[in-house]
Amino acid sequence: MALYFFTPFIAIILTILGGGIIFYILGFNPIEALKFYFLTPISNLYGLSELLLKATPLCLIAIGLSFCFKSNNWNIGAEGQLTFGAIVGGGVALLFYNQEGFYILPLIIIAGAIGGMIFALIPAILKTYFNTNEILVSLMLVYVSKLLLDYLVVGPWSNPEGFNFPETRQFSDSSRMPLLFEGLRIHTGIFLALAAVMLSWFVLYKTYLGFQIKVSGLSLKTAKYAGFKGKTMILVVFMISGACAGLAGVGEITGPIGQLHRMISPDYGFTAIIVAFLGRLNPFGIIFASLVVALTYLGAETAQIFLQIPKYTGQVFQGMILFFLLASDYLLFFKVKILSLKKNELRH
Amino acid sequence: MSLDISFIGILIGSIMASSVPLILAASGELITERSGVLNLGVEGMMIIGAISGFALMVITDNLFIAVVGSMLSGVIISIIFGFLTQSLLTNHVATGLALTIFGIGLSAMLGKNFVGIPGKEFPILFSSLKESIPFFGPILFGHSIVLYFAFALPFLTNFFLKKTKLGLVVRAVGDSPVSASNQGINVILVRYCCILYGGAMCGLAGAYLSLIYTPQWIENMTAGRGWIALALVVFATWSPIKVLIGALIFGGITILQLHMQAIGFRIPVQFLSALPYLMTIIVLVVISRDSRKIKLNTPTSLGRIFYKEK
Repeated sequence: MALYFFTPFIAIILTILGGGIIFYILGFNPIEALKFYFLTPISNLYGLSELLLKATPLCLIAIGLSFCFKSNNWNIGAEGQLTFGAIVGGGVALLFYNQEGFYILPLIIIAGAIGGMIFALIPAILKTYFNTNEILVSLMLVYVSKLLLDYLVVGPWSNPEGFNFPETRQFSDSSRMPLLFEGLRIHTGIFLALAAVMLSWFVLYKTYLGFQIKVSGLSLKTAKYAGFKGKTMILVVFMISGACAGLAGVGEITGPIGQLHRMISPDYGFTAIIVAFLGRLNPFGIIFASLVVALTYLGAETAQIFLQIPKYTGQVFQGMILFFLLASDYLLFFKVKILSLKKNELRH
Repeated sequence: MSLDISFIGILIGSIMASSVPLILAASGELITERSGVLNLGVEGMMIIGAISGFALMVITDNLFIAVVGSMLSGVIISIIFGFLTQSLLTNHVATGLALTIFGIGLSAMLGKNFVGIPGKEFPILFSSLKESIPFFGPILFGHSIVLYFAFALPFLTNFFLKKTKLGLVVRAVGDSPVSASNQGINVILVRYCCILYGGAMCGLAGAYLSLIYTPQWIENMTAGRGWIALALVVFATWSPIKVLIGALIFGGITILQLHMQAIGFRIPVQFLSALPYLMTIIVLVVISRDSRKIKLNTPTSLGRIFYKEK
């Protein structure tokens, strides 16, 4: 069990080494490049605030995904659920664009969560009632939601005074997440993420639903034998997951962005899958993992400025983390095997 | 714009061209999946093929080396996937996803110095016949050799799976790895080969984009085609000939949407762009509802980890 939570650290160390090698091959000084990547971004208060800002949506989405993955439901369309949540939440924000009031932000947040939930229900319903593969459906819906957003910001929702830029009006001040500190971008959305962590811990480890989810993940046959309502559970885990992704989307548009436009998320929905795995689908592990992966985003931006490396390199690191993590699981597998061999020996 | 017969011929020709990367990638993935391996890294392997092909073309000025090199690069990157899933027994879905994310990042890193360089003209075959025969000319002639290969590939794949002994081995490994293993078939080796073959075809699909279709390097230029190829395999219920039909439908929608824009069609372009994705979902629902139909061709062990006790 200790090894289970230790291997993510091995994966991170191997990723840093791998990154150094790639930088070396590309002709950069690896030590210096890695410093720009992993230390420079968080060497000041602004950087730390940016780190938390980026970790917030990753953490939220990954918490939601952990419900799906734990129960063997492969929702990989969180990016679409994030986008649709942002569309619904953003629609509410645009309704109130010239009004102020304490009730506006809660309305937007609820609308975003419901939006994400509804969008996640599509693959869930198709899976439960039509036996359809949820991986492909949830993924296809990512593109559909992004095209819908594109249509809205170019067409009916575009800012009438915006000189045809593909963006909506700015949201009113009441529609924005309050900032935590003057001059930094970190906002109160982080409390949504922390609340999600706490709630998910409670649900997963202290409730009957959490028990069902875990059992279904370990063995579908056992779950059936125990008489769990499989279909309801699938719908519920997708709804939780979609709601979290929708919240993340709303957090982005009411936080740092303040309007709707084409690029509301740098693939947070996909990257959160890595976060969920790196955090071992454990709520507190996910907090840690979201900070690590957020650093790859920040590092990529810093490296782009200082070393002129395309910021897509963040994805190289993200991919490598997942590769190494999965590979290091082999150690676990091996250990299980050795243990079970020993047991067998005892039996004979 | 008049819809005369020669225009329709040109239209069909361009639909065929746009479906080539889908046919190549989906045919490769089909073999991989038939052996029981689900590789979600198609998009990543394609984009690596695209940059490798383009970079090799710029460096060596030789299109043959570029095309072969792109396939090799697809093979090399799929080795990562093969090693992880087959030797280290990792989860197929997560590993494939990592491969896509990694591939997109790596391609941008490698392609940094190749942005904005113009491509080289790829030779087309029978260009004189293309002009001289109305309607059939633009359909049958004046394409690159890769296109002809792509259109032959589904038939070759079908022949391989249904008529050859090796094809039978691949299907056996995909449907029942345990029995295949008991028959003395090296399941892991067969799956490795199928994964590498899939990588080669995805690499070629990427090179078609960067060398022939839009001869230049643009970051993220595969633009989700790898995911469509993955959907296509399911859309086709793992049948190679249906992959060809599906790819033409998807390519057709892409091209039609361009032309509808040109003639001022009223439907917003985003809705037309969303059509292939929505259609995939609808087809998935239709074929999955009938569990007998989907079971007929679905590799039974798809995505499951096979481990041989020693």
